[in-house]
Formats: sequence, C-alpha cells, structure tokens
Amino acid sequence: MTNKKSTTLKRIWGYIGKYKALLLFVFICAIIGNSLAMLAPLMVGNGIDKMLGENLVNFSLLWDIVFKLILIYAISALFQWLLSVVSTKVANEIVKDIRKDAFHKLNKLPLKYYDNSSRGDVISRLTNDVEAISEGLFQGTTQIMSGIIIIIGCFVFMLMISARITCIIVLLVPVCYAIAATIAKKSATMFQKRSQSIGQLNGYAEEMISNIKVVKAFGYEDMAKENFSKMNDQLYVYGQKAQWYSSLTNPTTRYVNNLGYVAVTVVGGFLALSGGLSVGNISSFLTYSNQFAKPINEITSIMTQLQEALASAKRVFQLIDEEEESDDSQMKSLEKEGKGEVVFEHVDFSYREGVELIKDLNLKVSPGNMVAIVGPTGAGKSTLVNLLMRFYDVNQGAIYIDGIDIREIKRDDLRSRFGMVLQESWLFKGTVAENIGYGSKDVTMEQIMDAAKKAHAHSFIRRLKDGYDTLIEEDAGNISQGQKQLLTIARAMLLDPPILILDEATSSIDTRTELKIQKAFHAMMQGRTSFVIAHRLSTIKEADVILVMKDGNIIEQGNHAELLKKKGFYHTLYHSQFAKEK
Amino acid sequence: MKAVLKYLKEYKWLLIFGPFFKLVEAVLELFLPYFMSLAVDHGVLKGDKAYVIKMGVTMLITATIGIVSALICQYTASIVSQGFGTKLRNAMFDKIMSFSNTEIDDFGTTSLVNRLTSDVNQLQTAVAMLIRLVIRAPFLCIGGVVMAVSLDIKLSVVLMVVLPMFIIVLAVTMIKTVPLYKKVQQKLDQIALVVRENLAGVRVIRAFSKVSYEEEKFKNSNEEYAKTAIRVGRISSVLNPLTSLIMNFAICAILWIGGVRVDSGSMSVGSVIAFINYVTQILAALIIVSNLVVLYTKAFASLGRVAKVLNTEVSIKEGEGAKEVESAYAVEFEDVTFYYEGSKEPALSNINLKVKKGETVGIIGGTGSGKSTLVQLIPRFYDATSGKVKVNGLDVKEYKGKDLIHSIGMVPQKCVLFTGSILENLRWGDLEAKEEQVKKAAKIAQAGEFIEKMPEQYHTMLTQGGTNVSGGQRQRLTIARALVKEPDILILDDSFNALDFVTDANLRKALHENLNGLTTFIISQRASTIKNSDQIVVLHDGEMVGIGKHDDLMKDCEVYREICLSQEREEGGEA
Repeated sequence: MTNKKSTTLKRIWGYIGKYKALLLFVFICAIIGNSLAMLAPLMVGNGIDKMLGENLVNFSLLWDIVFKLILIYAISALFQWLLSVVSTKVANEIVKDIRKDAFHKLNKLPLKYYDNSSRGDVISRLTNDVEAISEGLFQGTTQIMSGIIIIIGCFVFMLMISARITCIIVLLVPVCYAIAATIAKKSATMFQKRSQSIGQLNGYAEEMISNIKVVKAFGYEDMAKENFSKMNDQLYVYGQKAQWYSSLTNPTTRYVNNLGYVAVTVVGGFLALSGGLSVGNISSFLTYSNQFAKPINEITSIMTQLQEALASAKRVFQLIDEEEESDDSQMKSLEKEGKGEVVFEHVDFSYREGVELIKDLNLKVSPGNMVAIVGPTGAGKSTLVNLLMRFYDVNQGAIYIDGIDIREIKRDDLRSRFGMVLQESWLFKGTVAENIGYGSKDVTMEQIMDAAKKAHAHSFIRRLKDGYDTLIEEDAGNISQGQKQLLTIARAMLLDPPILILDEATSSIDTRTELKIQKAFHAMMQGRTSFVIAHRLSTIKEADVILVMKDGNIIEQGNHAELLKKKGFYHTLYHSQFAKEK
Repeated sequence: MKAVLKYLKEYKWLLIFGPFFKLVEAVLELFLPYFMSLAVDHGVLKGDKAYVIKMGVTMLITATIGIVSALICQYTASIVSQGFGTKLRNAMFDKIMSFSNTEIDDFGTTSLVNRLTSDVNQLQTAVAMLIRLVIRAPFLCIGGVVMAVSLDIKLSVVLMVVLPMFIIVLAVTMIKTVPLYKKVQQKLDQIALVVRENLAGVRVIRAFSKVSYEEEKFKNSNEEYAKTAIRVGRISSVLNPLTSLIMNFAICAILWIGGVRVDSGSMSVGSVIAFINYVTQILAALIIVSNLVVLYTKAFASLGRVAKVLNTEVSIKEGEGAKEVESAYAVEFEDVTFYYEGSKEPALSNINLKVKKGETVGIIGGTGSGKSTLVQLIPRFYDATSGKVKVNGLDVKEYKGKDLIHSIGMVPQKCVLFTGSILENLRWGDLEAKEEQVKKAAKIAQAGEFIEKMPEQYHTMLTQGGTNVSGGQRQRLTIARALVKEPDILILDDSFNALDFVTDANLRKALHENLNGLTTFIISQRASTIKNSDQIVVLHDGEMVGIGKHDDLMKDCEVYREICLSQEREEGGEA
C-alpha cells in the first residue's frame, strides 16, 4: 500500500523533473516572501519603540522604519505573487504533460482495450482525475513550500530560547505524523473508490446521454435515473467518507498541538517555579511554538487535496501502464506500391480465451483480385478485417502481404495500404469538408468535391445549410445514417488506396445510389486488390473470388457461377434472397 | 442560480449547525492563551503549583471541547457538501433525461457529462469551504474592525479607506476571472470531446494512419486548456498578495499616524500596539476571504454551467393526457412539414398519411429523403414544424408521460446496445418481462439460436455499444428488444441491412406469424422487402411522391418504378 503510494509519488516527481528550475524558483520565492513576512512584525515592534510618549516620538527614525516596512511589504507581496503565478504554471504544465502522455498512450493501446472499456470512464481519467492532480500539485507547491520555510524559521527561534522545551515540541511531530499517516491510509482507499465511482458514473451518463433516442423510445428514462441515482448514492458514500476521514487530520493534529501548548505551560511553569526559566521566556516560547504548529496545521489541512490528487494520479498511471501494442519502430517499412497479394496461413483467432472463432484459416488472394466475403452474421467476416488491419493479432499462423508477415511491418505502413469503409460510419465534430479530407494529406477543395461527387454525396452536401462548410455536430445528429455512409465513402475515395476494404459499406444507402457508387469503386479498384463484405449478394456477383464463411471457417470458395453450380451453402444463401417474396 | 441553490435548502439546519461549531472552536482556541496567562500571572508568579495544574486541566478540557466541535463541523461539512452534490447530480441527470435531441445536440454529450461531474465537484468544494471557513473569517474580520473602532475612532479612518480598496480589488478580480473560469471549463469540454471521438473512432483513425494528427489535435486542446488555466491563475494570484499589501500599507499608515497622535498626546503607545494587532487579525481573516473568493469565482463559473442545464426549457413538452379516442387509425400524418433546427430546407414537406390498425406500411426512397425523419415523428423524437401527427386518433402532443411510447416498439437504424447482460438489454422494453417472454422475442428476432450458443447465454455481458457481438447479431438483439415490449406499433428503421438473407427471410416470416394485428412500419432500401405492404410510401427529398400498393405504384410512380427496376435488373438474373 505505502509502497504503491510512494511509486505514484515518485512518478509525479518524474513529471516535475522537467520543471525543476521553475520549482527552485518557487522555492526561492517562498523563502524570500515568507522570511520577509516574518521579519515585518519585528520591524513594526522597532517602530513602536520609537514612540516613547507625548512629544517623545522620534519622527526621522520612525519614518526610516516605515519606509523600510513599505519596501519589505512590497517585495514580500511581489514574491508571494510570483510564487503563486509560477506554481499555477508549473502545476498546469505538469498535468498537461501527464494528460499528453495519457492520450499518447491511448493511441498505443490495442483495440482490445477500446472494445472492453467504458468510454466515459476513460474520459473521466483524462479530465476529472487530471484536474484533481493539478489542484493537488498547486496547493502542494504553494502551501507546503511556505509551510516548510515557516517551520524552519520558528524552529531556529525556539532553539535560541530553550533547547529543552524545543524537545517537547519536536516530540509532537512524530505523533502528528503518525496520526496523519493512519488517517491518510484510510482515506486514501476511500479516495480511490471515489475516483472509481466518478469514472463509473461518467461512463453511465455518457452512454445514456449519447443514446437518448433509444432511451426515450423504450421509456427507459426512469430506469436510467434509478441506475444513475444508485451509482450516485455509491459515490456519496465514498465521497462523504473520503472527505470526512481526510478532514479528521487537521483538527486532530491541531489538538495534539494544543496538548503540546498545555504541556509547555505546565512544564514551563514548573521550570520557572524552580528557577530554570524566566516568565518572559515562557511567553515568547509559547508564541513561537504556536507559530511552529501553524504550518503543521496548514499542511495537514491540505491533506484532502493531496490525497485526492494521489488517488487520481493512480488511476491515470494505471491507464499509462496498460499493456501497449508491441513496439514497431524497428519493423520493416512497406513500399507504397506493392502488388497487393494477401495470404492467410493457418490462422487461428479468438477474442476471448476459450471461445474459438477462427480456426486454421487458409486463403490466398492474388494481386488485383476482388474478394467478396459472405456468410451468416457472426461468422467472423469483420474479424477477418480486424486481423488484416492488425487491430487484433492472430493467435496462431500468419498473414502475409506481398510475402511479408504483417507483424513485421510498421503498423502505419500496413494500414496506409488499405482504404477502409466500415458499416459504422465515424464522423467527428468538424466541417463536412474536413471529414471527407480526413486521412489525405494536402487536399484541395476540388479534390474533396470530386470525391464527394464520386460517392454521390455532392448533391446532398450542397443542400446542407453551409454546404461543405456545414458543421457536423458531436454524434452527427444532424445528418442521416445513409448520408454518413456517403461521407465515409467519399473519404475512402479521396484516399485512393492500394487495397480497399468495404465492410458493409453501403448498407444504409439506397440501392440506386449504391449501384452508382459501386461503379465508381470498380473503376477505382481496377487492377487493385479489394475485400468486400456484403449481405446483398447482388453487389458481389462480379467478385473474382467469393469466400463463404460459416462459424469462423471458409466453407466454400470460388466465383459466383462456380459456387452456384456447387449447389452448396452459397446456393442456398443466394436463393433465399428470393424465397421470401413468395 | 435558484435552481441550484434550492438543493442546499434541505440542509438548512446543518448549514447553521456546522459553522456554529466552527465558531465555538475558534472562540475556545482564543481562550487557551488567556488561561495560559492566568497560569503565569496567578500560578507561576505567585508560586502556586496547584493553580498551575488547575489551569492546565482547564486548558485540557477547553482543547478537548474544541476538537469535538471541530470534528462535528467537519462531519457536517462532509454530509452537506457531498449530499448537496449528490442531489444536484440526480436533479441534473433527471433533467437531461427529459431533454429532446435538440437540447442534447445543443450542449453536446461531453459537455453535459462534464457538467455532471467536474462542475458539480467545484460546487461541492465550495459548499464544504462555506461551512468550514465562511463564518469564521468574517467573524474574525468584523470582530477586529469593531475592536479597532472602539479603541480609536480617528485612527480607524485608515481602515475606512483601506477596506473599500480591498472590496474593489475583490470585485475587479471576480469580474475578470468569472468569464475566464467559464472558458477553462469549456476547454475541458474540448479535451473530453477529442478523447471521446478517439475512443469511438479508433478503427478509422488507425486505418487512416491519423494517430499523429489526432495527437496534434489533442495537443492543441490540451495546450489551450493549460494556457487559459494559467492565465486565470495569474489573475487570481494577484488577489492574495494584493490583499496583504493593502493591509500592510495600512499598518504602515497606522504606525506613522499613530506616531503623530502619540506625539500630540492623544493616544497611548499601548493603544497603537493593540490597534496594530487588530489590523493583523483583520488581515489574516481577509487573506482567508480572498482565498475563498478565488474558490468561489471558480465555483460561480460552474454554477452558471450547472444552472444552464437545470433551467433549459425542454422543447418537447408532454401533453395533458386527453382521453383516448376511438379511432380506426393507428397513425395519421396531417399535412406534416418538418425542418431540422437551423436548416433551410424542409426534411419533410406536406406529408399526409393514414395508417389503419394492423396495417403494414413500407417506406422507401433515396438516401436522405426523410424516411427516418418520418418515423421519428411518431414517438415524438421531434415535433412537426407544422401539421399534426396522431397516434390512435390522438395528437402525439397531447399524450402524457410515457403513454405514447408505451405502445410503440422502435428499432433504430443505428444498433445501440448498452453495457450489461443480454437479458438486461432485452428487458429494456419491459422491465418486468419474464424470461419466457424475453426468450420468445429473441426467437422471433432470430437471436435465440446464437444467444443460446454462447457460453453464458442470456447472461453474456455486452460491452459498451455491444461491440463484442457482430453487426448482424446486434441488429437482431435490437429487434428482440423492441419485441419484448409487445408493442401495438412496430417501427423497423432499415433494420435488416446487416442480416444475411436467410436470417432476413426467417425473421420476416416469424414476425408475420407471431405478431398479428401489429401495425408495422418498415423502412427499407429494397423494394422486395416492402413489396407486400398494405401501403407503400415513396419519399423523394422530403416529399411524398407516391403512396399505394406495389402494383399501383409500378404504374403511377416514376421514382418507385425506377427503384424496383434497378433492383430487379440486379438480382433478377438467375432467379
């Protein structure tokens, strides 16, 4: 437990490393600002000493002191301001780096992570948790630094007065520490649970809000509210406990300090009675011991924020520690202009251990061929795409492109060989033109429009409010499903890829438009390899090879005419299209 | 504001209780030095050991009562602030659940989620601080001022000059920083948006090798956030040192004026010392106030964002719930025209359609012709811009609560499933549905077979969006989900497109056999799917260019004929 905490701290320290110079500056500001602030009361005392009574005020000396005081106050304020400004900067820069690393990490994680985690929870790690770290860092640098200076200052003053009584005060430190540590341990668990709860809540809210249509269609609002409220209650329990436990530290340590104060009074009193100490000494001693306790109290009072920050940091580091996709920087580069030969050799694959999906798949696609994949849903057609693009790695066997094992190629090189249109069209918040131009470098508006025309999206785009500059909203609520597909098709057309993958790319598009788009695809793919997954068998009749998949295996293979002649599964599938009409 | 603060009202008593105990603690803490001085004056100086011990015990008791009070205050603070936050989150979520698509699109999902967590968090902190510090600081401050004024009125003129200055500084910083803090939260929304898009679009992003582009995009959002946060930090950093500067200058002034007054004999040196002590005390209190102000401006920005959610008028209001009318028609469209918000052209214009109970209606038309929009008006996802939509003879706007959607089973075009087991997902339609009922619906939807093949069957867990089952399986599950509801009106929005043809045919056959008397709307790209419908609606650019049976439309409707011919040509070959 403590071990883990210290590694979290160590890692935060690692991020601070870059800003050590600034941190040193913060430290210097704290020293100057605070020691001047501690000096000021002495000067005020000196000033008062210059007033001895009626007509006995030495104005020239008093003016001297007032002038110096103004100077001291101004400088002290300046440094306190700098302390705060630089701390804000350091805290924000550090969390910026942490956030950047977390996001960078996200891009290195295998698809498996994406497919299995709640979006809202991941978002929460990059927003709420990082925020907590930032707050903790800021408070930490400003308050703790000042606290340390004040502690040292008071300690020196106290030692100057009496070493013996200093011992009593110093004895209090470990006691305070022990109390703080015990409470911290308890509240740390609660903070951890609290962050988790926030993540969970975020996840649930994100899922429900983004699918409000479905929620409404099923009148599920009440149930959603109830579920939310349950998670919220859970969060309340952890949140309240976390806050309560962590807020124990401050009053308890203050209590311990007060006990020390009582002890000094009594012990000091006895010492004075036996003549070992002057009364004046006790009084100034008490003043300083009070001063000494103040920073301890201050530090313990920001414990809450620090612990929240630690708990959150843990969650962020957890993300950063997720297992990455294997490093591919040493891998081979792939030439842009390959032949486009694709070979699957004895491929085994399963998403979950024990649930086999693809077993001993063998396939050879000659360059320039159009390969169609058909079969019942859940047969593993899209999985084939996942493997080909290396979204997932095969468990056994290998896939070769132009004779090279795809695991030996840089992922970006591999993927840039393919142009992909998926059934689920993904658009981001941005203009229509930006969405079409996504993936291509340096494209002109003409090229974008040209691609849109080929994808038969041009006419509907023109009718949008601002044409190609129309903003597509988050979740693209403002255009239809079919139109989304047209845009993603335009995106692939613009890319003009060596190998094309169409996974149910035209499923939401009307058949007349689909026919036209297909012609455009055919023209584009002339002499290039392409993979087409489709349920409408009419769209794949012209394929060079049709693979019929069932339960993760290719059970039939051949062109349309051959397969029909075989009177096998394809035959049944093909004729079922018309059976329903009877 | 009111909408938010009313959730504090429930804690009225605790809100008084907590600060009260804080005050008790503060007062007791002031007593400690007093007892100490007694111990010195009457004990040590007079050599009375017993008195020293007596005072020691008194101090011990005082300190103990002090800590108990402090703990009570802290406990109250944790209950009130967390409870307030919890209530607020619930209220916000409830409100959001009543939003229609227009409002959700307006805010954006990520912004709403951020408001629910990050902004409410700020408010929680503010409430906790309210209880812990807000009473104490003004108490010390006002106490100091009163003492100072009663000590020497003329000298307190200095305070009268200085305190307004402090208030001006506070006001200026607040005015400057509130909008900036709002901006900070907006930038946080931006960060969340990029993350969310990346999570949703990972396949496309990687397939198009755009990882570095996305990182650049994130870097920009991240940098902008940091920049804004640092900027606002720089401004609010001024507050604290400036407060001490103003008050310390006041001390200088007091020292000088005090000197003059001592010199003229109208004030004693001791009074000057005491006066300065009071000013120091006021200063300490004001420092706390200025720290609180920073916190509260932050919270104020969040308060605005939260209040905006709670105060949003829902564009679709439920009706009064007029009595059911006897009607032969399940659904009627009377001259319906519909515009999406902000669009120049209508998505639907002048739609007239009457659907008898038990009829099957096919809807066909080009991409973006308004097919989905048409059916989405039935469960009132949107309100018609003009004209009327009636369900069972009653205007949809007059239905109360869930009465309307209760009878409608909707299978949306985008197959959305939720985190949870298959059973939980299917029960969305009817929470009380028996397992038998669920299984039956799954069988009709052709999902029974594949579900039962899974190792955990109906208890198989689905990930967010149902990414761990295939597209076709997802589609069948969404159909089953609508069937569990046992609706009167079933709307299938292009719900067969991910199915292979065997499954498609079986599914339609099963629907036909099992669900007699059901009014069905089927949107499809394929003429063959809707050929046998009682009515076929042909849409083109939002207009109804044809309505009738297949044979009539083949004769009269140009668009329909084209669609059919193009498809026959395509697949007619070997059939």
